[in-house]
Amino acid sequence: MEQVLLGAVSQGLLWAMMTLGVYITYRVLGIADMTAEGSLTMGAAVAAGTISGGGSAYVGVAIAVLAGALAGMMTGLLHTKLRIPALLSGILTMIALYSINLRIMGAANISLLRKITVFAPVQELMGTSKTLSVILLGAVCSILLVTVLYWFFGTEIGSAIRATGTNPHMVRAQGINTDTTIILGLMISNALISFSGSLISQAQNFADLQMGTGAIVIGLASLIIGEVLFGQRHFYTRLLSMALGAITYRIIIALVLKMGMPSDDLKLFTAITVALALSLPRFRELGRTLKKSLRREGAR
Amino acid sequence: MLDIRNVTKIFNAGTVNERKALDNISLSMSDGDFVTVIGGNGAGKSTLLNCIAGVYPVDEGTIMVDNIKLDRLPEYKRAKYLGRVFQDPMMGTAADMGIQENLALAWRRGNRRTLRWGIMDKEKELYRKLLASLDLGLEDRMAAKVGLLSGGQRQALTLLMATLNAPKMLLLDEHTAALDPKTARKVLELSDQFIKKEKLTTMMVTHNMRAALQYGNRLIMMNEGTILLDISGEEKAKLRIDDLLRLFEKAGADEFMNDRMLLSK
Ligand SMILES: Nc1ncnc2c1ncn2[C@@H]1O[C@H](COP(=O)(O)OP(=O)(O)OP(=O)(O)O)[C@@H](O)[C@H]1O
Ligand SMILES: [Mg+2]
Repeated sequence: MEQVLLGAVSQGLLWAMMTLGVYITYRVLGIADMTAEGSLTMGAAVAAGTISGGGSAYVGVAIAVLAGALAGMMTGLLHTKLRIPALLSGILTMIALYSINLRIMGAANISLLRKITVFAPVQELMGTSKTLSVILLGAVCSILLVTVLYWFFGTEIGSAIRATGTNPHMVRAQGINTDTTIILGLMISNALISFSGSLISQAQNFADLQMGTGAIVIGLASLIIGEVLFGQRHFYTRLLSMALGAITYRIIIALVLKMGMPSDDLKLFTAITVALALSLPRFRELGRTLKKSLRREGAR
Repeated sequence: MLDIRNVTKIFNAGTVNERKALDNISLSMSDGDFVTVIGGNGAGKSTLLNCIAGVYPVDEGTIMVDNIKLDRLPEYKRAKYLGRVFQDPMMGTAADMGIQENLALAWRRGNRRTLRWGIMDKEKELYRKLLASLDLGLEDRMAAKVGLLSGGQRQALTLLMATLNAPKMLLLDEHTAALDPKTARKVLELSDQFIKKEKLTTMMVTHNMRAALQYGNRLIMMNEGTILLDISGEEKAKLRIDDLLRLFEKAGADEFMNDRMLLSK
């Protein structure tokens, strides 16, 4: 059981970066960005490709981050310059990335068994198991990124991106090019997601062409869990709650699997959870109307 | 200051919905002019302001502000020279952000955004003073989200934001139309104060004839994308609502006056 939980926490910490990426598009910019599915796989593909080709794991991660930013830029350009709706722009990039990822990997999957990943030095230095080293590095990266993002969204450029999500009209009236802020937001988001993918592949010792499928839903599930369970008052805690949400999501999944749910049903389970969570406000509203009408009945 | 020459704007050109919103309009304004703009629904008042601001491009003609050619610049680049307040109180501010954050965004209008912190401590002092001048108690809630403010408070804030950093021109498009009469008067009064204090060159669209006569040194009346009347100085100062109605009639535009204008007389 302990092993299961540790495994879930380690996975959650790597998906935390992905969830932060989803937060930037979904909550800050107000865009459901499907690019995520492609850029997660791309991060994995680039890192695994570099490492299995004999390159350094760090170089692999760095290229993955850049590649993710490019993917985000692609979606941003399609959306802002060509005026294609955001959702469709993301889907187009996602589909394009499927072919690109296959080219990068050269096969449907790459094994990283007995290769030197970014976790190897940590493992050696601390003398810990792989899982613990993933937790360690994952936690350090998550906290670092939360801090950097907190700082960034407090800067002039970061404030402009935040305002764009709320009221692009006002942002243009204040002399800011909203095309630029949208593209920038998408680039940062997908860089984070690709970074996450590159670490995930190294933690699980393989990259798979399909690993991004459903990633956006997992990201949203983690985001909502984080918001509901871990408060959203201060911006820093809100960012931190994304990491905590990702971990909680993994623990929940580990528990339901342990309780005997077939793993094939995982995506169905996640989708239903997210659908329910997203409709929560609507249910509350219905509940209120119901209560009101009942009261009126009672009064009569 | 402002020089508009032969500007034409056609919406949905070449379709059944084609609509000439501005028809070969020319207009000059001197430094410090405060022009009130009236006219019936669909006269082209908003379109004129939006064409100056670059919300959409003009089809023909040139627009210069202080000898800067604006008509080919995108909206966000023109913003450097223009302060704007819109009819919809939701439009001018970012609801999810704090009062001071909104002011900080406006304070940087026309400057490159950098990785410096989005709001400095010494700005906050300035904002507190400016907010206090609105006399709405906003100076004590500077971190509060703008979404929590009333329509009138939001318009007053938007007005303050529009006048920060001395824009070359102020464009007000029925910015009190969505407010209750008392709040509307207050926001109008504030606008007039700001305009006088900063000597801002201003265009103010209004449906309220009394306000159009009371404020500003010049009045123009638009109809079907053209300027019908243009009255300034002494002549405007002496103008009364009855005179205005007679002038409309003479210009053949009385049928376009709507109930809203007559009611607000
Ligand atoms: N974005 C647009 N697309 C198509 N037609 C438009 C657009 N904006 C304005 N129009 C049309 O142009 C004409 C002028 O509209 P405009 O909004 O400038 O009028 P207005 O004088 O501001 O009227 P109101 O007093 O109702 O605000 C109208 O016929 C309107 O339908
Ligand atoms: Mg209008």
